[in-house]
Amino acid sequence: MSFPWASQYNPTNPAMKWIDERLPLPRLVYNAIGAGYPVPRNLNYFWNFGVLAGFALVVQIISGIILAMHYAPEATVAFNSTEHIMRDVNWGWMLRYMHANGASFFFIVIYIHIFRGLYFSSYKAPREMIWLLGMVIYLLAMATAFMGYVLPWGQMSFWGAKVITGLFSAIPLIGPTLQEWLLGGFAPDNAALNRFFSLHYLLPFVIAGVVILHVWALHIPGSSNPTGVEVKQESDTVPFHPYYTAKDGFGLGVYLVIFAAVMFFAPNFLGHADNYIAANPLSTPAHIVPEWYFWPFYAILRAFTFDFLFIPAKLLGVLAMFASILLLFFLPWLDRSPVRSGRYRPLFRPFFWVFVVVVLILGYCGGAPAEEPYVMISQLASAYYFAHFLIILPIISSIERPDPLPASITEAVLGKDGEEAPAAIDTIATTGGAATQPAE
Amino acid sequence: MIRNLGILVGLFFTGVLLYSFLMGAYTYLTEEHVETAEHMFHEHPKSLSQSSDGVFGKFDTAQLQRGYGVYKEVCSACHSLEHVAFRDLQAIGYNEAEVKAIAASFQVPAIDPETGEASTRDGLAADKFPAVYPNDVAARAANNNAVPPDLSLMTKARHNGPAYVYSLLTGYQNPPKKLAEEFPDSMPGTGLHYNPYFANLNLAMAPPITAEGQVSYADGTKASVDQMSKDVSAFLTWTAEPKMEKRKQTGLAVLAFLLIFTILAYLSYRNIWADKKH
Amino acid sequence: MTEAVSTDPQTVDADTQNEEGVRRRDFINVAAVSFAGVGGAAVLYPLITQMAPSADVLALASIEVDVSALEPGQAIKTIFRKQPLFIRNLTPKEIEEANAVDVASLREPQTLAERTAPGHENILITMGVCTHLGCVPLGAAQGEVKGEFDGYFCPCHGSHYDTAGRIRKGPAPTNLEVPAVEFLSDTVIKVG
Ligand code: HEM
Ligand code: FES
Repeated sequence: MSFPWASQYNPTNPAMKWIDERLPLPRLVYNAIGAGYPVPRNLNYFWNFGVLAGFALVVQIISGIILAMHYAPEATVAFNSTEHIMRDVNWGWMLRYMHANGASFFFIVIYIHIFRGLYFSSYKAPREMIWLLGMVIYLLAMATAFMGYVLPWGQMSFWGAKVITGLFSAIPLIGPTLQEWLLGGFAPDNAALNRFFSLHYLLPFVIAGVVILHVWALHIPGSSNPTGVEVKQESDTVPFHPYYTAKDGFGLGVYLVIFAAVMFFAPNFLGHADNYIAANPLSTPAHIVPEWYFWPFYAILRAFTFDFLFIPAKLLGVLAMFASILLLFFLPWLDRSPVRSGRYRPLFRPFFWVFVVVVLILGYCGGAPAEEPYVMISQLASAYYFAHFLIILPIISSIERPDPLPASITEAVLGKDGEEAPAAIDTIATTGGAATQPAE
Repeated sequence: MIRNLGILVGLFFTGVLLYSFLMGAYTYLTEEHVETAEHMFHEHPKSLSQSSDGVFGKFDTAQLQRGYGVYKEVCSACHSLEHVAFRDLQAIGYNEAEVKAIAASFQVPAIDPETGEASTRDGLAADKFPAVYPNDVAARAANNNAVPPDLSLMTKARHNGPAYVYSLLTGYQNPPKKLAEEFPDSMPGTGLHYNPYFANLNLAMAPPITAEGQVSYADGTKASVDQMSKDVSAFLTWTAEPKMEKRKQTGLAVLAFLLIFTILAYLSYRNIWADKKH
Repeated sequence: MTEAVSTDPQTVDADTQNEEGVRRRDFINVAAVSFAGVGGAAVLYPLITQMAPSADVLALASIEVDVSALEPGQAIKTIFRKQPLFIRNLTPKEIEEANAVDVASLREPQTLAERTAPGHENILITMGVCTHLGCVPLGAAQGEVKGEFDGYFCPCHGSHYDTAGRIRKGPAPTNLEVPAVEFLSDTVIKVG
């Protein structure tokens, strides 16, 4: 893997050398996120979000392990134990707000990361596997977040568990039995709470494992870039460290400022007031919605209001909701345009922005009450959602005339006869990395 | 192959959705539009400003103590405060001896050491506020079939909670004429009271704060109905999140630190990339 | 490669290039990294203190015990701060035994008077927690072995305590702990 000009790990520190000879872990890190990983020099800020997603996952795991030290997964005490965390545990309020808001921020980051991939077609060959593994992470994260939201055992937790497992009851024949099996009862109770806690604890570590695969797969072709033109020569890249470590450090700072502002000053803004009411199996809140990151899919689910032929609306909604997520797995084979970056795809671009707006509309409708006009708007928006991926993208890829691509990343950055003479770069490059010394 | 299948699936879902849209739109347009009483008469909470609002917000302990007085004299007859312990009251300015005295004025469940039977004893600082009713059935029986909810988290359990509590307490009024004319079914039934700030307009709680001076304030503040309602919603803002002040102070320190870090990180980033065009 | 921004061309040689920025002398970079380090260390504080006893645990109430029914020679076991508490009404013989000991010869020199409330030398209140590794010693309930010194005996690793609850033999390092005690009346005791 990697490019021939990648810098080789050559430890001068005797301790590192000793370790590296016995377990080449330092080498692995060096080649993965150190100076040994050449990265296109032209990445924009959207490329920060991969590292941020990894960071957000670590925050969830650390804060989660700590919450689990104080939380009690038992239906009669779960709600009180969360309040115990908020009131009596040292810094408990901070750790809980960190975890609850951290989940939202994890999804904000993941969504930006995914839309980056959609615009710059990061899913195309040779990066299909990276995309597929990313979708697996996304699915696992949704399952994890859903089960985590059940744990505090408030009204939204309880009714969320009931409604989401209720989706499975739409499956013909086995549905109702399946729902009982998932819950371990006729309604959410101890059995469900305990298994959700067990899985909520487990899945993040599975996610971490898949993240490693995701990054491994990334290092085979290397990172893509905003031009979508593959790396051709050394002047196209810079070593990850220190260039992108510095940029990611800055990105992390900005992320943390926003995260801290929400977590400390509006910690319940992204949450739902009803979850501060203890679960009550006898009364459903007037307006039940999942967490905001599920809203677009919730809107699709609710857009199916009429039976069609012999298929009941409930089943259609469930099928469509799952299909809307699963179709993303097939994206690399739906969009066959040889050009990656949206920058050079004049026909694709407007449809992409319509798609972004449609998803925002779906999100808004998913969080709104199930009334008109939201249902009608969701129906049109959902129709576009499916059409975009399954009809429009495949058609565009065969009729579009892409704009001319730059010959290389270097050319895109420096112009055809950039001040940074490629020849000079190449010669210096052979000495091992002082490539950046010549005055520009 | 995948694309052909995809287009079929796409056509199916888009088709069904457009069909549903047309059906829905047709019903929407042809069906008579029914207006609901809630829709017409429900009101958003009045605006309420509290000393704990905002980034630098701090609790006003004198107000919290007055609010506690209102809770104790008025609300505690029906509503519990089960997440709050008496010892927590030190945070609103009561000293240890006062907290002990407050605790002792409540009876908490206990076990008779001689017979082992259920009994009660005076509360201790470490105890939480006791439940008012032994269970929901008893609560219902005593309250015209409605359970008075626990108040510890009330201001976080409602949208715009503190303002909601204040508006609800001061919002009782006679049902408007229009309601009687257009929605006779939504008129308050027996034991119900009209209040436009309540989601379904009629609630089972009788107006609790009704007369000036209903609670005697030790600090000389005039105990108007409005003042008492404000004070008790301040108190319930505190019970819902006693750590709010600490949260905001910590947040300011964290933000200051992070801002400096971010500026340094930015300069360092510019520095490292200085000679690299990108 | 990491020498890219170095201002001193001398440092750009094959050796230092591979030191992954360790030699970077640029103040701003050092400052940024140090800041990140300080931040990381500061975060450890809440992550560590969250494991210390929480406010409700610290607030565990003191208890009141009525000893009016406790005859000389009898003991009761109750619970104080989630641990067993022994209250023993000593017989004159037991008091005599305790006072007969040469205090200087003890592992933790203490007289019975020092371990009881003034005027209530017969009421010995100790934690029922062996100071070795925390087992509950025997000797409080009727019929239990009291050990070689007629007080308490911890069967876990064989610690013997005398009638004043002082360690006399075995691995325990100190006497059974005496909590804060206050006599509210002649028969009602407040512990804690
Ligand atoms: C991808 C990673 C994770 C996500 C997206 C996530 C998400 C969530 C969410 C949304 C909640 C509900 C928050 C609330 O409203 O209170 C929650 C609660 C919880 N999570 Fe996680 N979590 C993750 C990782 C973990 C891990 C690794 C653990 C434990 C090892 C954990 C333990 C807990 C516990 C104990 C709660 C209940 C306490 C509470 O509600 O505050 N979580 N999680
Ligand atoms: S614990 Fe009692 S002797 Fe070891």
